[in-house]
Amino acid sequence: MVALERWLCRHRHIFPTITTTSTSSRRNYSTHPPNARLNKPIDFSTTPILHHTASSALATPLLPPAARKSKTSRQNLFQSINSALRHALSSDEQVLLFGEDVAFGGVFRCSMDLAADFGSERVFNTPLTEQGIVGFAIGCAAEGMKPVAEIQFADYVYPAFDQLVNEAAKMRYRAGLTGKPGPDGERGMHSGGLVVRMPSGGVGHGALYHSQSPESLFTHVPGLRVVVPRSPIQAKGMLLSAILDCNDPVVFLEPKILYRAAVEQVPMDPYFLPLDKAEVLKQGKDVTVISYGTPLYSCSAAIEAIEKDLGVSVELIDLRSIHPWDRPTVWESVNKTGRAVIVHESMVNAGVGAEVAATIQEGSFLRLEAPVIRVAGWTTHVGLVFEKFNIPDVTRIYDAIKRSVEY
Amino acid sequence: MEFEKPSAKGAMPTYRVMDQNGEIVDKSRVPDLTDEEAIRLYKDMVTVNIMDLIMFDAQRQGRVSFYMVSAGEEGIAVGSASALLPSDVIFAQYRETGVFQYRGFTLDNFMNQLFANRKDMGLGRNMPVHYGSRDLNIHTISSPLATQIPQASGAAYALKMQSLQNPEIEKRIVACYFGEGAASEGDFHAALNIAATRSCPVVFICRNNGFAISTPTLEQYRGDGIASRGIGYGIETIRCDGNDIFAVRAVTKRARKMALENGGKPVLIEAMSYRVSHHSTSDDSFAYRAKVEVEDWKRRDNPITRLRKYLENRGAWDEEKEQAARSSLRKDVLKAFTKAEKEKRPGLRGIWEDVYEDMSEEQMGQMKAMREILEKYPEEYDLHDFDGGADTLKE
Repeated sequence: MVALERWLCRHRHIFPTITTTSTSSRRNYSTHPPNARLNKPIDFSTTPILHHTASSALATPLLPPAARKSKTSRQNLFQSINSALRHALSSDEQVLLFGEDVAFGGVFRCSMDLAADFGSERVFNTPLTEQGIVGFAIGCAAEGMKPVAEIQFADYVYPAFDQLVNEAAKMRYRAGLTGKPGPDGERGMHSGGLVVRMPSGGVGHGALYHSQSPESLFTHVPGLRVVVPRSPIQAKGMLLSAILDCNDPVVFLEPKILYRAAVEQVPMDPYFLPLDKAEVLKQGKDVTVISYGTPLYSCSAAIEAIEKDLGVSVELIDLRSIHPWDRPTVWESVNKTGRAVIVHESMVNAGVGAEVAATIQEGSFLRLEAPVIRVAGWTTHVGLVFEKFNIPDVTRIYDAIKRSVEY
Repeated sequence: MEFEKPSAKGAMPTYRVMDQNGEIVDKSRVPDLTDEEAIRLYKDMVTVNIMDLIMFDAQRQGRVSFYMVSAGEEGIAVGSASALLPSDVIFAQYRETGVFQYRGFTLDNFMNQLFANRKDMGLGRNMPVHYGSRDLNIHTISSPLATQIPQASGAAYALKMQSLQNPEIEKRIVACYFGEGAASEGDFHAALNIAATRSCPVVFICRNNGFAISTPTLEQYRGDGIASRGIGYGIETIRCDGNDIFAVRAVTKRARKMALENGGKPVLIEAMSYRVSHHSTSDDSFAYRAKVEVEDWKRRDNPITRLRKYLENRGAWDEEKEQAARSSLRKDVLKAFTKAEKEKRPGLRGIWEDVYEDMSEEQMGQMKAMREILEKYPEEYDLHDFDGGADTLKE
């Protein structure tokens, strides 16, 4: 506590008044307060979360050595997903891509040109039925194909909840020995090879049914892998792993606000990124911030501000895989820093943060110097005009880190 | 302006080959099998029937936790299975024991699953009657109703793609079984619609036995059964007499052929029968239907007695053969029963294995924690029945 008091003395004037000459009084969801110091729009062209140069992109942690020799190109998230799907379809004829409106390129352009290039037998529209899409995909996987099923918005995955929870997740387990490949190398009975992609998260004006992040509903289900990439590089590598290199069913949530916003240099060669490893995005020694997906950008901005203001050093971890997840990396970090703040968009009640916080408490109890703090959506729905107040912003993250280090 | 009236359409006819006395009703519909082959189907039905009687009692004695008989529906399962190729893929609901029997699931296989012992291919994880076999191309049965129907559409699409990609491999279909109650689930709708739009080679076989647990069909639907719905999805459909094993076999055989025509298409079969038994060992059906009604069905019509009469009419079967077959099958079932009951339970490691292809770090930690509990409180757990005791919990 003495150290904290010293910090406080040193950084007494951390909120200098910023004066601006804003004249606009229009109330538009895309505006931000003119005097805001923390809650400014994320500048995706400068954020350290994205790789703005080829050399930085090729130095991506966990990137396989071969991919480090690749050329890179600037891609946004939907383009990198499209290139991953293109590679998957061209390298393995068992890969199928389907869902609602996938054939014309998808409502978010992720499947652009793929039907034309790979044929309507492999890339196709389904009737409008989420339980049908996932059930159909499970059947495809059970007979040896690699179906990539798209649910148009994560908000509409619930009709398929039964198929995912009771069927996809449990097929290998209930098949027992028949779930293992036969002596002839023939495929066993399971749904490995299945990937269910779905756009998720807030987008500024998605309200109740185009904003949801339902990942915690799936992290409670043994048998499913739940993955959320933060960037084009991550999305490409993790999606390729999910489709071509993973024998378990994968729920792949794509932060839709990043589809166009997040642009970075992406290795053009195909590459795989692991589905069970977190990544330390930034080393630090005083407090650990743990997040995944879109809020990482706000975390990064908050960290930049608080390090300047308080002179503290913050470690930032991207979980990447939400379930099963990389507990040792989180324990190692919190055992070093003694403090943890967990950030996610979806509501706090029984969210991913609850699991992470409880796990930290179990593995780092003697090292903890402050309560683990969760910054997450409030326990409510995403009302249209309230989104900005609901989703964790830079200010709330900043404040949580501050409360943690000053505890 | 004229609204179409469902009542104006007559009921879809029911295809039949032989009547209740085992007489062929239309001489142009001669069964396509020899008496020896028919006897094999008969014995398969009788085997299921005998196993059902023994296991129902075994559950009543507390020797297995649960059971579901197929009484009255043995003909649908055995008749349809006999019209498929062994390589055709099957998705079942749970009242299709005859399919497993016809395909070659052995009495040991059945008993090991029912007793959930260490020789159970399902490793003791499922409730009794939830059979499955990769070798026999039958996907493991799961309890949630109708979930297998869209899966069957997808599996059929996979088979279609595989034969498109490799014309060398034989063309296969998927057969998918479900009851008329399950057909009320959303998954039924999704499955038939998606199978039609994607032209999937799948034969949907609905067992309409009049009851979903206690719910009679009058409370299940108001249309002309399940068959009338097929037309709405653009699916060729037939209704047949489910107590007539030759009718079931004939329509399935034709449906299989049709399913592979023109690159593939779905076909719907509704097989009419009556659930003679209770829904399961957890159900007393006389709480919602009269015993006399059931007895009436048992006496009046039954797929086993119908085929028996056919065989007797042809001089291929008699009371002596019947007694000999029943006593020998009964002996075989009891032998497998006794053997399976003595086997140990599967190893405890199976609690965590196969959730993922590889056990996760978290699961490894939990396995260690379980082992520590077992070692710390040895009096609190009975491990002797589990193969390998606590040793299987080592990393």
